[in-house]
Amino acid sequence: MKFRLRIWKQASGDAAGAFSDYEVDGISPETSFLEMIDTLNERLTERGEEAVAFESDCREGICGMCSMVINGQPHGPLPGTTTCQLYMRHFDDGQPITIEPWRSGAFPVLRDLMVDRSAFDRILESGGYVTVHSGPKPEPNANPIDPEVAEESLDAACCIGCGACVAACPNGAAMLFTAAKVSHLGLLPQGQPERWERVQNMVEQMEEEGFGSCRNYAECEAACPKEISIKFIGRLNRDYLRALREPIDRHGPMDSQ
Amino acid sequence: MNLDDRVPEAPIEHMWSTHKEHLRLVGPRTRPHYRVIVVGTGLAGASAAASMAAMGYHVECFCFQDSPRRAHSIAAQGGINAAKDYRNDGDSVHRLFYDTQKGGDYRSREANVWRLAELSASIIDQAVAQGVPFAREYGGLLANRSFGGVLVERTFYCRGETGQQLLLGACSALAQQIHDGNVKMHTRTELLDVVIVDGRARGIVVRDLVTGEIRSHAAEAVVLATGGYSNVYYLSTNAKGCNVTATWRAHKRGAGFANPCYNQIHPTCIPVSSEHQAKLTLMSESLRNDGRIWVPRNEGETRSPGEIPEQDRYYYLEERYPRFGNLVPRDVASRNAKNVCDDGLGVGPSRLGVYLDFRDAISDHGHEVIGARYENLFAMYERITGESPWKTPMRIYPAPHYTMGGLWVDYNLMTTLPGLFAVGEANFSDHGANRLGASSMMQCLADGYFIIPITIGDYLSRHPYGDIDTSHAAFADAEREARGRIERLLAIDGSTTVESLHRELGRLMWDHCGIARSEDGLREALARIPELRDRFWNDLRIVGGAAGINQSLEHAGRLADFLEFAELMCRDALQRDESCGCHFREEHQTEEGEALRDDVNFSHVTVWEHTGENVEPKMHEEPLSFEALPLAQRNYKT
Repeated sequence: MKFRLRIWKQASGDAAGAFSDYEVDGISPETSFLEMIDTLNERLTERGEEAVAFESDCREGICGMCSMVINGQPHGPLPGTTTCQLYMRHFDDGQPITIEPWRSGAFPVLRDLMVDRSAFDRILESGGYVTVHSGPKPEPNANPIDPEVAEESLDAACCIGCGACVAACPNGAAMLFTAAKVSHLGLLPQGQPERWERVQNMVEQMEEEGFGSCRNYAECEAACPKEISIKFIGRLNRDYLRALREPIDRHGPMDSQ
Repeated sequence: MNLDDRVPEAPIEHMWSTHKEHLRLVGPRTRPHYRVIVVGTGLAGASAAASMAAMGYHVECFCFQDSPRRAHSIAAQGGINAAKDYRNDGDSVHRLFYDTQKGGDYRSREANVWRLAELSASIIDQAVAQGVPFAREYGGLLANRSFGGVLVERTFYCRGETGQQLLLGACSALAQQIHDGNVKMHTRTELLDVVIVDGRARGIVVRDLVTGEIRSHAAEAVVLATGGYSNVYYLSTNAKGCNVTATWRAHKRGAGFANPCYNQIHPTCIPVSSEHQAKLTLMSESLRNDGRIWVPRNEGETRSPGEIPEQDRYYYLEERYPRFGNLVPRDVASRNAKNVCDDGLGVGPSRLGVYLDFRDAISDHGHEVIGARYENLFAMYERITGESPWKTPMRIYPAPHYTMGGLWVDYNLMTTLPGLFAVGEANFSDHGANRLGASSMMQCLADGYFIIPITIGDYLSRHPYGDIDTSHAAFADAEREARGRIERLLAIDGSTTVESLHRELGRLMWDHCGIARSEDGLREALARIPELRDRFWNDLRIVGGAAGINQSLEHAGRLADFLEFAELMCRDALQRDESCGCHFREEHQTEEGEALRDDVNFSHVTVWEHTGENVEPKMHEEPLSFEALPLAQRNYKT
């Protein structure tokens, strides 16, 4: 197979970027999308040209490292699929392919197709955890969890932190990412003590990082390689409003009668 | 080389508690003065960094990825073992110890294996407390499944993404410590060298992968949690960035390297489909719970798998190993897959593949039950191959996956270099010559949550804090060497790409130091690796410079170390003139083709000492004792 590629090239965060045109041929349909770019890069290197910088690591759709907008769609045309799990058989021979990095003010470009997603880490650091030190813990089966609840929590927890939701959102919002973590912990009994503080801190951090607001476009859900539902955004909003409305009562209800 | 294992004198079931009682401690007021460097943020690194920081140590943590959460532990699929005996099927600490020691073909240190089994249950408790959403039974209690090499159900799981959930748990603890200022996190930062001052590890030299800056960090102790070296084969189930650099650099600075030839070839991976393939994908071993492995009985079979009738299907594992069937340990499953393919019975375009068939499981249990167990794995397989396991059997073939070898460590997880510790896959300690499924995450988290936070205090308490910083001459020297290596790489200006040389090394290692090894093959590899290294250093082409992001340069630095390490691996495989676990020397097999150990001559850990560039390394031995579990020939048949 043969492809005409238009790839975003940008030497560094400060430099101006532009599209460069490339052609690759002799690509087998069994080649993955990233292997196709590997092949391009090898040929560029052999010619003494600089390779296209892009990110990938596990190449099995779980590390969340790969981050390309392919023909206008984050992670390309296949639903529920990361860039690394796309294969060239999913494209037509001779098809022009435009490849860009995630575009979001909160994800500055570092080079070519690489962006800085550390804003996500700072959102997690602001509250995406249950406070537990390492050491002896109570027997977990003493506290049964409804399997439906555990599964729903896992539906949210399976977020890979790739940032496709932000790249897809016309507002550049990080609501789906934040909602996934808030819901993962908020659904479980272990996450209850810090539930209201967590949602407040994470939403505040999210806004501080410069992500936009959610306007229910639902592009995030469509682009999410883990197909995380926007129902979790509803959950986040409910929790956030409740956290704002009700002062956190650390003593719990007390009835002396 | 001092190989004192520091295993306490006590009955095996009391060793760890006895040891803990005698370890020196660092008080809570003093801990913040001690600086600890942790390299790597997989399960072992993240859990170690978070645990030590929560105790009060001043932790600096490093990873080459853009976020700690992306370390390759994230990709572990199937599950984590724990001797909880929730299924009431006869499990116990002793049983887990026994399975692990037997699975490792009696090439592990008993004391470490026992401790691992003993700590296994607490790991589940810890993870649940963090909010890891493990699978549950209808009644809300934790669910279990079975894995290879055992006859009990003790594996805890989150669908096919257990590693992701456990790592997110460990990383959430790490995130909190970063937020609270107890951990200084350095992402996109790669270790280039370990700095030694007065015979002790006192820091590291790193490269900032965004700016290209080379700088140093000083500490009172350094913990390497940098994973394994399966990428020496180029094609493996490891992430593209996984590399041997940290452990190899530590080895060259004086840390003994143990059993480098022990590497596991995982039986259930998607077969290679194209020449430009950059990576192999694992299909979780949990699939062997319900999938049946077979090949056509007759060579030259042309029918599609669905058309092949029962009598023409060769369920070779079920026939050869009636007791364990499809759940034999990984080394046995891999070797048998290779054997049937060598006999011409392989399937798929390359004939290097066997079927993993869910037809019977789907008809026995129904679509819904099988879907709940494996939906995401089936979807992943279909995305990659374009074939649906609901309709046609999966095709699988073995691929390099995990390395049991690593830096030698004592019972405190300290290497032979004082102040340098190794945790997780980076050390050699618990899996002998073959690791059982669902044991790697168990070991990483036992090391990180429960062992290193305690044992490191014993070392630190014996040494002062804050006595040196990076202005010490040793740091300047190590930085100069690191810069020199980068300049040398960039100055080669040849014509071959890093990728193609790495692919060549991988091919060589797969052919001669893979599933089966022989003296002739290993000697040939040992002759050809130096040639390849010469070509690397004379004909490599890297475009771009040392400043800023240069991914070819990063890869070249890692390959340079693989090219040195590969030689040690083959040397070790050559000297270990026996078969054990994953190390299968063709010269040594039973009549039925099983690994034949030589317990008289090889009941030891081989530890290699670096003695200088282009000088033969020195070999040492740590004898193994078998007191809790007497030596026996492994038997998975009856």
